[in-house]
Amino acid sequence: MDLLEYQGKELFARHGLPVPKGVHASTVDAAVAASETLGYPVAVKAQVLIGGRGKAGGIKIAKDGTEAHEYAGEIIGMDIVGPHGEGPFKVHELWVEAGSEIESEFYASVILDRSAKKLMVMLSRMGGMDVEAIAASDPEALVKQHVDPLAGLGETEAKEIVAQAKIPEEAAGQVASVLVKLVEVAQAEDATLIEVNPLIVNADGEVVLLDAKVTIDGNALFRHPELEELPEGADQDPQEAMAKERGLTYVSLDGNIGILGNGAGLCMSTLDVVAQAGGRPANFLDAGGGSKAEAIIDALEVITSNPEVTAILFNIFGGITRCDEVARGIIEATNKIGLELPLVVRLDGTNSEEGLALLAEAGLDNLHHEATMLGAAKKVVELAGN
Amino acid sequence: MSIIIDNDTKLVVSGLTGREGSFHGLRNKAYGTQLVAGVTPGKGGQDVEGTPIYDTIKESVEEAGANTSMIFVPAKFAAAAINEAIDSGVDTVIAITEGIPVMDMLPTYWKAKEKGVRLIGPNCPGVLSPGKANVGIIPAQFFDQGRIGVVSKSGTLTYQIGNELKQAGEGNSTIVGIGGDPIIGSDFIDILTLFDADPDTDLIVMVGEIGGDAEERAAEFIAAEISKPVVAYIAGFTAPPGKQMGHAGAIISGSSGTAKAKQEALEAKGVRVGESPTEAAQIAVETLRAL
Repeated sequence: MDLLEYQGKELFARHGLPVPKGVHASTVDAAVAASETLGYPVAVKAQVLIGGRGKAGGIKIAKDGTEAHEYAGEIIGMDIVGPHGEGPFKVHELWVEAGSEIESEFYASVILDRSAKKLMVMLSRMGGMDVEAIAASDPEALVKQHVDPLAGLGETEAKEIVAQAKIPEEAAGQVASVLVKLVEVAQAEDATLIEVNPLIVNADGEVVLLDAKVTIDGNALFRHPELEELPEGADQDPQEAMAKERGLTYVSLDGNIGILGNGAGLCMSTLDVVAQAGGRPANFLDAGGGSKAEAIIDALEVITSNPEVTAILFNIFGGITRCDEVARGIIEATNKIGLELPLVVRLDGTNSEEGLALLAEAGLDNLHHEATMLGAAKKVVELAGN
Repeated sequence: MSIIIDNDTKLVVSGLTGREGSFHGLRNKAYGTQLVAGVTPGKGGQDVEGTPIYDTIKESVEEAGANTSMIFVPAKFAAAAINEAIDSGVDTVIAITEGIPVMDMLPTYWKAKEKGVRLIGPNCPGVLSPGKANVGIIPAQFFDQGRIGVVSKSGTLTYQIGNELKQAGEGNSTIVGIGGDPIIGSDFIDILTLFDADPDTDLIVMVGEIGGDAEERAAEFIAAEISKPVVAYIAGFTAPPGKQMGHAGAIISGSSGTAKAKQEALEAKGVRVGESPTEAAQIAVETLRAL
């Protein structure tokens, strides 16, 4: 789960990290009112889950009420495209914060290093630019240090990292404390990524966290009910929102072939073979062990709510999942929702013969059975058209 | 031989009194696995269809001789159960549970390393040595005994490939599901090492997916250390960046962890990568027969 900047900053503030004062606003009037309260200048910042907001015009400094009104109006509703072409992300929310006078900018992050199986702290005195750009322009300017999984990060180690990164002496102590605390936040809040860019020194010589990019481990939300209740930051796709409500694992793609598979690996592989056969998958949907009719009805309703979908592929390899149950689910779902789109079904594994017999008996006109995964992919591409 | 589990495996199941735990634990027993105990705190002294239940894993090791533990405990409590197993005296811990927080797994991973206990999973389908033992949820009917070792991040994709091998008349020494989480106990490299040393394995099929760099590291390792042929399959070529594709670990971060990068890394080291599960199985069969 990715947090919006303001959600991340609120998290930081709860742990005693220094962040600028700010107010969350979703209308122009609220943004202007917030600006008046904070006092000018203020930064009006688009709240979207993508980097490069500044370059895209999503961050503006307002010197007075007229500018605050103008900028808030421009930014709300703006479509922001990420540096690698991600999105567009529509701006629904703003974070209005007291302007900071920036003396210097650093980069700090704590990430989960999957290879090393440890948290890793990164620090650079070259802030405000992309971490990849820092690494490319001057690799030595980006200091990386793993964190002992049992002991955490101590003040002494943090000071060594700060010294190695050549952070100016007057800020060194404060930056070291920030690093220690960021590791504590990662551990306490189950964050697999915390990126602060820039971490600044202001005109008063104070170190302040001026941005926040935080990812929380979705598997740990049970112990963070306050995060679980946060409004969804992303401009959510309607099918993804619908699937989430029904507890389905669903990812929207931009094609026209609806796909349901059982198991994440098999489902990903199904998308790949459909693409190899010249088709364009509309989604990833892992039915998991959910072979019951209800789960299949839910899945079909989500898939067919996407108007782009012109054909559907069910690729099931029953292990624990029984193919006869899946077949019953398909028949019931097809009848219940009056499905007319072509449906290609590949059923293999446990009780597949019983399942196929049930499908044959049901005599559904739009249902096509294929014996193999590759055969099914070819068939659905043929039926889907372009 | 085979790897990780065999006729000498004496299994204790944490969570045997639960619905899933009893269903799969008893299936494993029906397959021929020596199920010697179950563990549920507070239920010591009871039994599940004749299998004694203990309060702790340690008691099951001391009293029933358990040497392999399977964890079928809800995610919230699973890391504690794995930690208990690591301390209990078993050699191998196989964690099926899905959804364990990463921050719980980090210290647990290092604890298992430090104590020299082999941890498989979590979020994995388990391990099957056809004809010998089955620990986990892998449906054994789709696999025959044979000379191909399989190591995979995915469950159903493994069944798909195993079934194609079976239809082609080939079988498996052992099938190992290592799991789809970001932090898992045993990686491709660990299992490739075991297969390479196993006299009953002639060829290894490795099934990877997007996310992390375990496949890239395995490619380097295969070139340097593995003497047996390896055939690979990678899932997720069509996965968009930044989206978690079912498994917690199956996510492309920025530009790293793509299927293409993994395929290229493997091919650069001479590992053949199948375009589809079917093609991977075909390559494996051809390669095996040409040995």
